[in-house]
Parts: sequence; structure tokens; C-alpha cells
Amino acid sequence: MISSQLKIFMAVVTVVLMVPAFAAGEPLIFTDPEKEARYQQLTVELRCLVCQNQNLADSDAPLAQDLRREIYDMMQAGRTDDEIKQFLIDRYGDFVLYKPPVKSNTLVLWLMPAVLLFGGALVVIIVVRKRGLNPGGQEEESS
Amino acid sequence: MIGRLVPIILFVLLGLLLAVGLKIADHKTEIPSPLIGKKIPEFSLPALGQADVSITNEDLIGQPFLINVWASWCPTCRIEHPYVEELAASGRLRVIGLNYRDEEEDALAWLEYFGDPYALNMADVSGRTAIDFGVYAAPESFLVDADGYILFKQIGMLTPEIIEKEILPRIQPAGSGQP
Repeated sequence: MISSQLKIFMAVVTVVLMVPAFAAGEPLIFTDPEKEARYQQLTVELRCLVCQNQNLADSDAPLAQDLRREIYDMMQAGRTDDEIKQFLIDRYGDFVLYKPPVKSNTLVLWLMPAVLLFGGALVVIIVVRKRGLNPGGQEEESS
Repeated sequence: MIGRLVPIILFVLLGLLLAVGLKIADHKTEIPSPLIGKKIPEFSLPALGQADVSITNEDLIGQPFLINVWASWCPTCRIEHPYVEELAASGRLRVIGLNYRDEEEDALAWLEYFGDPYALNMADVSGRTAIDFGVYAAPESFLVDADGYILFKQIGMLTPEIIEKEILPRIQPAGSGQP
């Protein structure tokens, strides 16, 4: 009895999990599973330029469909991931990549987390040291 | 004393950062085209309504022109249409249509209804040539010089102001107020 319920549950879960596979919209058939994985990876990394907070894999915009078809064709023609990305950057700019390249105008973006982390650590060290040298410091201030 | 100023200074710096960020964010949906300053891509497209006539990038070169990406399904194209017509009628710039992902029948009916300002109209049914132009929505317009180099790209509709301030000054001969 439990097993039949479990089967139904599993069937439902399977169907739900399959939905993303259909979401891409058009049937692009890969005979090579490795290529298919690369395709999935690439379309997730690339931005749909019409609806800019969606990636190419999820978007239903006509341009996203065209670009997926283009990526598919380039992959079938044996182009590498970098060549495909460069193809899109040449036409749409770095914006098409979700992960921006390290360049002079994106340096702040890349360095900021490290700067903030380092700065924060510095503040913590200074505060801790002050307290270490002057354990009664807080009481002194309140009195 | 100086210690008390540190949070204020940090706050001011943060405020500046956010102000700059907001200013940039104003334009963030407009993606600067990497194609500006480059030659127009190579293409060969059928003329709209004349499938046996093909138009290539070489055919367009010779004098400056504006490529206007439009489609009958594009509502904003209707709004900019009178301005495109006005520009074409003024004779100051050749306007070439790039009919983007459209049905031929719809496109021709649209031109008949709203008027046809285009010196030439190319039909990009698949949208493949538009990808080479980095088009991501209609309307878009590309100003191209006589040698085929892209001078300016307008994303979204053309307005009389953009035509006067951004487009026409760029093709005026040197010495007549060109920046």
C-alpha cells in the first residue's frame, strides 16, 4: 500500500523535475550528453538581453530562442565555449555574461569584497587590541 | 575626536558611492553596443516583398545611412514612424529598413498603412542578421558612415531630439559644428 503511494509520489516528483527540461521551448537534440551538459551550462551563464535578469536558458523571449539556436549550431560546428562567448560579447558586450571579466572598469567590482573583508578584519583587530590593552576601557567611559 | 569623525566620513563615502551607482543605474538597461566604431557585419538578405532580390552590406556603403530595425508587431515602431518618415522626407539621411522577425504580408500591409519611408527594406525573417548587429529588441537604429562604420546606435525609439542632436550632427562634414 505504502509502496503504491510512494510510486505516485515518485511519478509526480519526476514530472515536476522534468519541467525545466521543456522550459527551453524548442527541441534542440543532442546526441552527445557531454555537449548537452556544456549547452546547459553555457545558457545558464549567459544573460537574456531582453529580460535582463533572466538567463538564456530560462527565457522565452524570441531573441533568447534565436541565441540558443545559434549557440546550439555553433556547438554542433565544434566551436569551444570561449569562442561562443566571444561571439556573443562581440555583438552584445560583456553584459551578456553574468560573470563580468576582470577589466579596468570592473576592477572595483572584483576587488571590493576583498577590500571590505580586509578592512573589516582590520577594524576587528584594532578593537580587540584596544580592549586587550585596556580591559576597563568601557567602564571608564561610562563613569 | 578624530575617531568620532570616522563614521561620518564613511557615511559620506557610502552616500557618494550610492549616488554614483544610481546615476549609472539610470542607464543600466541600455547596453552600450560593442559594434560602435566597427564596420557593419556582412550579410545578404532578401529585399522585403522581393525574395529574388538580395541586398548585401556592400550594397549599402557609399554614403551615410541609418539602419532602422522595425517590425509590424512592434508598437513602439509605430510611435517613431512619423519621425522616421520626416527624416527620410527631409533628404538629409538615407533610411534603410531592417524588417526584424516579421511576416512579409504583415510588414507590407504595415508599410502601406503607415507609409514607407525606407530607401530599401531588408527582410530578416530568422533574426540571424540582427544577431550580428547585436539587436535585442525593435526598434533600434544604427547610424553608419559612408565607409560602412557604425557611428551611433539608438536603442528604442527615435525622437526628433535624438535625430537632431545625436544623429544628424555626426554625419555633417567637418567644420560645421561637429563635436
